[in-house]
Amino acid sequence: MSIIERPADIARHGALGTSPPRPDGIEKVQGTFEFSSDISADGCLWGATLRSPHPHARIVAIDPAGAWQIDGVHAVITADDVPGQMNYGLISQDQPVFASDVVRYVGEPVAAVAADHPETCRRALAALAVEYEVLDPLLDAEAAIAGDHPPIHPDGNVIRHQRIIHGDPDVTGAVVVEGTYEIGMQDQAFLGLEAALAIPDPGAKGVELHIATQWLHEDRTQIAACLGLPEDAVRLVLGGVGGAFGAREDISLQVHTCLLALRLGRPVRMAYNRAESFIGHVHRHPATIWMRHHATSDGEIVKIESKTVLDGGAYASTSSAVLVNAITLAQGPYRCPNAVVDGWAVRTNHLPCGAMRGFGAVQACFAYESQMDKLAAACGIDPVDIRVLNAMRTGDTLITGQPVLNVAPVEECIRETAALPLPDEPVGGAPMPDGSADVMKLPGGAGRTADAGDIVRGIGWGVSIKNLMYSEAFDDYSTARCRFTDGVVTLKFATAEVGQGFVTLAPQIARTVLGVDDVRLDRIDTQIGSSGSTSASRQTWMSGGAVNAACLAVRSKIFDHVAEENGFDPAALTIDGTDIVDSVSGWRGDVAEACAGATFDETAEYHHAPTTELDENGQGSPHTAFAFVAHRAVVDVDPELGLVKVVQIATAQDVGRALNPLSVIGQIEGGIAQGLGLAVMEEIIQIDGVIRNGNFTDYLLPTFLDMPPVVATLIEQPDPYAPLGAKGVGEPPCISSTPAVVAAIRDALQQAGIDRPLDRVPVRPGDICL
Amino acid sequence: MLAEHGEATLLAGGTDAMVEINDGHRRPAGPVLAVNRIPDLRSWRHDPASGTVTIGACVTYTELMDPSVAALIPALAEASRTVGSPQIRNAGTLGGNLGTCSPAGDGLPVLAALDATVTLASVRGTRSLPVLDFMVGVKRTAIEPGELITEVTLPVVDGWQGYAKVGVRNAMVIAIASACVVLDRAARTVRVALGSVGPTILRCPEAEADLSERIDWASMAVAAPDLARFATLVSAASRPITDHRSSAEYRRHAVGVLARRLAQRALTVDPAGATR
Repeated sequence: MSIIERPADIARHGALGTSPPRPDGIEKVQGTFEFSSDISADGCLWGATLRSPHPHARIVAIDPAGAWQIDGVHAVITADDVPGQMNYGLISQDQPVFASDVVRYVGEPVAAVAADHPETCRRALAALAVEYEVLDPLLDAEAAIAGDHPPIHPDGNVIRHQRIIHGDPDVTGAVVVEGTYEIGMQDQAFLGLEAALAIPDPGAKGVELHIATQWLHEDRTQIAACLGLPEDAVRLVLGGVGGAFGAREDISLQVHTCLLALRLGRPVRMAYNRAESFIGHVHRHPATIWMRHHATSDGEIVKIESKTVLDGGAYASTSSAVLVNAITLAQGPYRCPNAVVDGWAVRTNHLPCGAMRGFGAVQACFAYESQMDKLAAACGIDPVDIRVLNAMRTGDTLITGQPVLNVAPVEECIRETAALPLPDEPVGGAPMPDGSADVMKLPGGAGRTADAGDIVRGIGWGVSIKNLMYSEAFDDYSTARCRFTDGVVTLKFATAEVGQGFVTLAPQIARTVLGVDDVRLDRIDTQIGSSGSTSASRQTWMSGGAVNAACLAVRSKIFDHVAEENGFDPAALTIDGTDIVDSVSGWRGDVAEACAGATFDETAEYHHAPTTELDENGQGSPHTAFAFVAHRAVVDVDPELGLVKVVQIATAQDVGRALNPLSVIGQIEGGIAQGLGLAVMEEIIQIDGVIRNGNFTDYLLPTFLDMPPVVATLIEQPDPYAPLGAKGVGEPPCISSTPAVVAAIRDALQQAGIDRPLDRVPVRPGDICL
Repeated sequence: MLAEHGEATLLAGGTDAMVEINDGHRRPAGPVLAVNRIPDLRSWRHDPASGTVTIGACVTYTELMDPSVAALIPALAEASRTVGSPQIRNAGTLGGNLGTCSPAGDGLPVLAALDATVTLASVRGTRSLPVLDFMVGVKRTAIEPGELITEVTLPVVDGWQGYAKVGVRNAMVIAIASACVVLDRAARTVRVALGSVGPTILRCPEAEADLSERIDWASMAVAAPDLARFATLVSAASRPITDHRSSAEYRRHAVGVLARRLAQRALTVDPAGATR
């Protein structure tokens, strides 16, 4: 990774704009970090979940007798043991804690057990007898729309239908291109598996849950409702999180663990293995997107038409919000005056789908960027030029009518990416010292499938838009508390640290605002107001905004204190490094010393500007803010075997302001790896509603040999709407990297005289060579 | 011990057995006997007089990649390099590859192409059988209760040999098609074995015989059309299935390309050459 150096206006180390080490970095590298799966308690029992083997079936009877006969089994619970609300869900509460009458996907929880050992749990699950009457599964999203199948849920088979009509729906363009694109089901594949420890209060009046999650307070709301307890009787503590990417937004084992602990009056821990994780959390929505672009003969977009169908699987989760992203961002980062867009999120008996990094924007981007290349070809324009020609600017509007008020450096992203150097390595990689080809650099890698002469190289582009924060009138505020005492700052927030680095950033904010080096973090739990979810690229903006506001409130108190002690005007005081400076007298003193003995304690909430819902024609201002990025992929392709090796990804990303440049680079590299995975290998395969590759042997993630060097430029134009000028950076890297890789494969094939649509991701070898 | 516990699970590197146990696909009914510290199973030897190499069942893939072995059986070293990650190669063994007998086992096409001999031992004595007779079907072998794989004997062949495999990732991937090609200059024969395109490892007698006749063994050259025909015959010899890893159609295509490219590495190809 190389990063184009910016002029260093470096403040002191550890302040904003620097890259101090992560507070948990050494522990993570040394393997001593306590992930949620490592947490235990004295007298702890293990819990495990019995899951449906059928995609759709009626539960006729559950006989737990066999499980009770096994020594060491302490509890067997089913839907009958749920004391509160039977269902949970992020947007609509349609998903049962345990299926009681009907199971709707393979892997749906039916019962849970607690026992003295995981192996005892396994035997108990095997001894639980469930009689099913198998029902006809609904496995075709189009059939759900057409109404060809009886409802598989009381809420019906359509989760949401939304259209967008904008401008003149009847206008046409001189040039028309269209295609139908498919996106496969991607898994978040975090490495730290789902795990929790529930410790009941005496008398089962409440419970403390240690949990790896993305949003403690939302979990608490859903858990308390299902437990039939007041929210303040349910306390959540963030367990060490090993990645999230959206898969920890929904409830998985939270309610089950608490139910078992409360039933037994003993601590209970649950932990999924990899196979259970694959069926135990939501995934990226598989999508089918038809899209038609109208343009002038010069390539200027006149209108888009599209129909998006998302397969939401058995339960709603966040499908309706994913759909809104997928359709409201269908124009991409391009001006588009007219649109006729239709979108469906439907229910099937597939695995439930919900949040994953990119959240609907990923699916839309593969379609519109594939279309942009078609449009460029149809107009005889270079792929870069057509994107620059149509590039959105600040003040342009979305097809919902919403103006894009944020900094929108789309053209800069494209031009800066184009200016990055192409790889020096020749096609097929640099030869070994003895002159032979380095097979590891060729498509096929360690399999030694190719020789250098078999390979062609292509270049492809992807540019994208992503909404930041939550949409459609949702107030996803964040809360932070700043306590200053004896020159030490302690920050408290409920912001889930899932690896993104807010635990590094928050102290940087405090150091900068307050001029104090010693900043400590309180435990991340529900003993403070909500921070909202660690998702939607929102925590730097929202929780950063809250920490900043709390620190500013404390600073105001500090200025009042120092002004009163010294007879200064508080309005004339500033922080310079670790000093307070009176701009009138020139007096200067160390912050800690100037406030010796004083304590200031302030809590602040940060709210973003309100947004609106969409009307029936999809018009409104649903989104909070936007970020942009461009990707250029260089890919070596073996056309005869259909194997690929991505050689380089170049990117320029609109980051607003890089508060911690190393963290930004980490997000860029990681997101690109995830986007590359979707482009060429990552897909959950379900056949007849049964997952066939729920393991890391067959669900393939990119290895070091698959992930290329990344060259990146950060486009730093501080956003006036962002509290620290910084935009969220987590999602954009994975959005347009996918179509860039696929476009590069198409380009390579064209050079070999082969024309393949490659209108489906992940691209499979047979899609290239057969 | 094995005689007393016919139901025992034998454990060498554990790279297959432990995955199956952890996934709940296999529950050992009897004792688990770890054999990977038995010194006789951990070594290999070269017998120049008979022109063979004999490899103990618990020799690991990492050890098979060592230049000392690679110089004698280069295809086995190449196949070993394609197995998993360094950690897996440090643990996994050739005997385990045989014992599991997956059609995707990376060492197996090499053993099949070289007509290796597998030696089994039990309290009843030892017996040896050709590897093609040892591999009976998908994860089915000729091992009888109480028997242990002790070693594998392979000929040292004068001529080029190589292994290649296709997976949908550039490393750490299970083969969706693989091939080993061996040219035996003394016998003037080509031998081809295929992985992941049938219930077990397949040889391609027709393709082997055809290419053996068409190579100019004096100059080690072949005409391009003859190589193309070789690829077609290899594809025709495959018996692939469609599953979640790949389509049968792709497997059939890929294995022909692999065999042709391996042969290309061994031979001088005359693009305009008349077919022999």
